[in-house]
Amino acid sequence: MIGLTHYLTVAAILFTIGVLGIFLNRRNVILMLMAIELILLAVNINLVAFSAYLGDLTGQVLAMFVLTVAAAEAAIGLAILVIFFRRRGSIAVDDANRMRG
Amino acid sequence: MGIRESLLLIVFLPIIAATIAGLGGRWIGKVPAKVVTTGALMIGAVLSWPIFFQYIAGGAQPTVVPVLEFINSGDLKVDWALRVDSLTAVMLVVVTSVSSLVHLYTWGYMEEDPSQSRFFAYLSLFSFAMLMLVTADSLVQMFFGWEGVGLASYLLIGFWYHKPSANAAALKAFVVNRVGDFGFSLGIFGTFLVFNTVSIPAILHAAPGMAGSTIGFAGMRVDTMTLLCLLLFVGAMGKSAQLGLHTWLPDAMEGPTPVSALIHAATMVTAGVFMVCRLSPMFNVSPTAMHVVTYVGAATCIFAATVGTAQNDIKRVIAYSTCSQLGYMFFAAGVGAYGAAMFHLFTHAFFKALLFLGAGSVIHAMHHEQDMRYYGALRKEIPFTFWVMVAGTLAITGVGFMGIGFAGFWSKDAILESSYAAGTVPGTIAFWLGAFAALLTSFYSWRLIFLTFFGKARWAASEHIQHAVHGDHHDHPDEEHGDSSHAKGMPREGTAGYHPHESPLTMLIPIGLLAIGAVFAGQFFHNFFTDAERAPEYWRGAVAFSKELAEAAHHSPEWVKLTPTIVMLIGLWIAWNNYIRDPSAPGRFVATLPVVHRFVLNKWYFDELYNFLFVRPALWLGRLLWKGGDEGTIDRFGPHGAAYAVGFGNRITTRFQSGYLYSYALVMLLGLIGAASWALWWASR
Repeated sequence: MIGLTHYLTVAAILFTIGVLGIFLNRRNVILMLMAIELILLAVNINLVAFSAYLGDLTGQVLAMFVLTVAAAEAAIGLAILVIFFRRRGSIAVDDANRMRG
Repeated sequence: MGIRESLLLIVFLPIIAATIAGLGGRWIGKVPAKVVTTGALMIGAVLSWPIFFQYIAGGAQPTVVPVLEFINSGDLKVDWALRVDSLTAVMLVVVTSVSSLVHLYTWGYMEEDPSQSRFFAYLSLFSFAMLMLVTADSLVQMFFGWEGVGLASYLLIGFWYHKPSANAAALKAFVVNRVGDFGFSLGIFGTFLVFNTVSIPAILHAAPGMAGSTIGFAGMRVDTMTLLCLLLFVGAMGKSAQLGLHTWLPDAMEGPTPVSALIHAATMVTAGVFMVCRLSPMFNVSPTAMHVVTYVGAATCIFAATVGTAQNDIKRVIAYSTCSQLGYMFFAAGVGAYGAAMFHLFTHAFFKALLFLGAGSVIHAMHHEQDMRYYGALRKEIPFTFWVMVAGTLAITGVGFMGIGFAGFWSKDAILESSYAAGTVPGTIAFWLGAFAALLTSFYSWRLIFLTFFGKARWAASEHIQHAVHGDHHDHPDEEHGDSSHAKGMPREGTAGYHPHESPLTMLIPIGLLAIGAVFAGQFFHNFFTDAERAPEYWRGAVAFSKELAEAAHHSPEWVKLTPTIVMLIGLWIAWNNYIRDPSAPGRFVATLPVVHRFVLNKWYFDELYNFLFVRPALWLGRLLWKGGDEGTIDRFGPHGAAYAVGFGNRITTRFQSGYLYSYALVMLLGLIGAASWALWWASR
């Protein structure tokens, strides 16, 4: 029987993969955007799982919002990425260090 | 106008004038400033003499004019009040007369100085402080005047503030006086502790009752009155330049000559004598203190006289002469002859101010040359100055015989006779030292006259004269050190074509008036100050006049009375012998006894000794605290340390700002985890 625990476990694994993708990935900003999507999806799975488990639709509604926001965020992130590439000629994460003190 | 109104005008007009001239001098111009200040003092002088004559006539009572409440705190009550009695009357006359004449003299002497209104403001400020001092009814008010004259003295010595030597001299005067003032203030504290009041009449009334009591001081039991008197006397020593604290007075000659005449000869330096006389009933209670006063006075008297014989700067000779005469006044007070001390103060004010102003006139004539080695043969060139200087010299050397004499004859004789008649050991020692000092006084005074006015002109070697002759622009109208500005060695003879000019009338009138005082002051007033019959009626307890001592002095042996005259003649003969008959004799003397000459010329090496004992250690300590204490400790661990710590911390924390997004995100995540864990953990409690 697949219960709440399994969903949460999958979500936790996805979340961890997403986080590690952000930290360990040094080469590609697109990978970083994808890792963020992964984190958001993990959160969505949690929301839906809890929604079904508690019989409360609010969580699913919230998941829809998260999807919308994620889409918008991906669009903005890609736009920034394009401009970044135009300026630096690279999309390597290690090159994005202009904020250093 | 009654005594009260006169007194208020006398004391407060100078401070008003000083304020106008000092703060408004820039707007009203220098001539109005000079008129206001000189006028204020002249009004004061005109009002002072009638007060003095009222006391002379015996019709006036001691009067106290209350002005304002000053301090009212617990047991301590001090009021501003002006007290006038026969003692104050003398000082009023001396201060206002000499001050107004010096004001007038300055019109001529400082004619070319750009900041005259400042000078006149200082002079009037000084006069106000001095008048506050002499009219003081309480020790605190006296201290106010005491510090006020010290301030004015500092400002005036350093008047030419662009000269480093003048600044140094002003600082020296201030610092040395601080030593004395410390003693004075301790004396005031002690007096308040013992008598529970600072009112002078109350203290003097209660003083005899304190005889024999003891007080704890510095861990010992000491006689109360001796302690208080000695502490107060330390103050008097500082202000009156007595041996040990005298070093500032000769250096104070860096100031303009009118200042030397007014402050460092006639008035301020006599404040110590005045204080001892004012508190004479208190000093009389303690024989020990009186002995100390006598010894210090006699030692100063002989010390300064020896130094005066070897100085070449005309003002320094007169400065040491002042120091020596102050010694006379102190040992007179020390043997109990307060009348004689005050009398010498009175006559000395006239002839010493005269000598200083005369010296100023000579300096003026000789184009700011102050070294007597470059004078000579000025008798014909500046005859008026010559004659008044001779009158002053006759007065200071005490010329007179059988009841007719110049001012110094009366006062110095009274002092020497009193000290002999006192019959005590200190009195006898003081008599012999004083007699020998009188010989030296006669010698150096006549030496000054002979070197300046007689012999051949030796002006050619003077740089100042050369400047004047060759028409160089003389852009430093300052009185410079005679010794420092000239090459050593025997000066050449000759006039170098220079023609000295007599001073303007504004300078000659004050000198002439002072000369009248120097000639007649002793003759007219000696009865009221020192006579066994008349003086008690005059003083009426204002000083502790001893009738017995005055009578004993009057009946002292004939040889005692003749001693001053004899030593005066010996001194005159030595001076004549060395500087008129055989001008090469001093050189031979110096060659024979170089050690003695150098010892005396260098003022007994007091400055060097103090330099070694106090100045160097103070500088060393200062440098230690500066380098080790301030820079090495406070700065190092304080501001500098804090700045270093901030910089170091910054270098560490900037490492965290890598600029990489993922590291920021990691930190954010860790923070979030930390916060969530903390919240959960907290919530679970």
